[in-house]
Amino acid sequence: MDMISSMKGLAGGVLIGLSAVMLMAFLGRIAGISGITRGALLESGPDRRWRLAFVLGLISGPLLLLLLNLDWGNVAASTDALIGDPASGVLSMMFAGLLVGIGTGIGGGCTSGHGVCGIARLSPRSLVATVVFVAVAMLTVFVSQHLLGESP
Amino acid sequence: MKTVIGFLTGLVFSLGLTLSGMTDPARVVGFLDVAGDWDPTLIFVLGGAVITTFLGYRLVWRRGTPLLGERFQLPTRRDIDGRLLLGAALFGIGWGLSGYCPGPAIVSSSAMSLPLAGFLVTMLLGWWLATRLTRNS
Repeated sequence: MDMISSMKGLAGGVLIGLSAVMLMAFLGRIAGISGITRGALLESGPDRRWRLAFVLGLISGPLLLLLLNLDWGNVAASTDALIGDPASGVLSMMFAGLLVGIGTGIGGGCTSGHGVCGIARLSPRSLVATVVFVAVAMLTVFVSQHLLGESP
Repeated sequence: MKTVIGFLTGLVFSLGLTLSGMTDPARVVGFLDVAGDWDPTLIFVLGGAVITTFLGYRLVWRRGTPLLGERFQLPTRRDIDGRLLLGAALFGIGWGLSGYCPGPAIVSSSAMSLPLAGFLVTMLLGWWLATRLTRNS
């Protein structure tokens, strides 16, 4: 096990948690990325402005690190990269994106809303959703990487 | 002020995802690949985030109201329905195929590539479709 990668993971996780706590403390909202982004782009209303600002903040993180020349990344293949390469080509990414959109849309959340905030609230729905999407994702990787030989 | 808080929380979230390596699909797929060369990083990320949020939420909820809002807006449903299970399963397939969940995909957009652009466009289309589907039922 790579100790430095794990500790960077833990530190990054604490930052994600602090962000979720800040959003609850100030606005009283769950830090669910799919819900916030979907709302920012597809819904009008009084919540649109802070949601759009949140999405802008999401995009700004790596740019700020680049600007300050901080190599805070944890990319497996490269020690100084902040962002890793996509797992495969455009067609399979488009298929995956559609499933992530529909799935988080009808399931009411993703890794942040269900996985982080929901489990922290001890919500049974979020706990079940997280177990299901992690298990299905593991099965998907097993089928695509091992049964079908390689990632497309 | 709400807009400033929105930006800052998004920024901290983004720094967390970048520092933890979740902006690297290879790390995420490495965690999901339990039959291969397993990468435990994601467990540390989720663990650190859940414990911090668990403790922080309880501290924050003592106040009764948020600093800039009238009330804490928390989901109240506790039932497990088919839509939740189907949604989580579809998301799991897409996550496993790409190594992207919505946060890392959006954060990675400063290093835009054609596969990532395709992912983001169809994810948005998926959200739009989900809104239409759930509105009619």
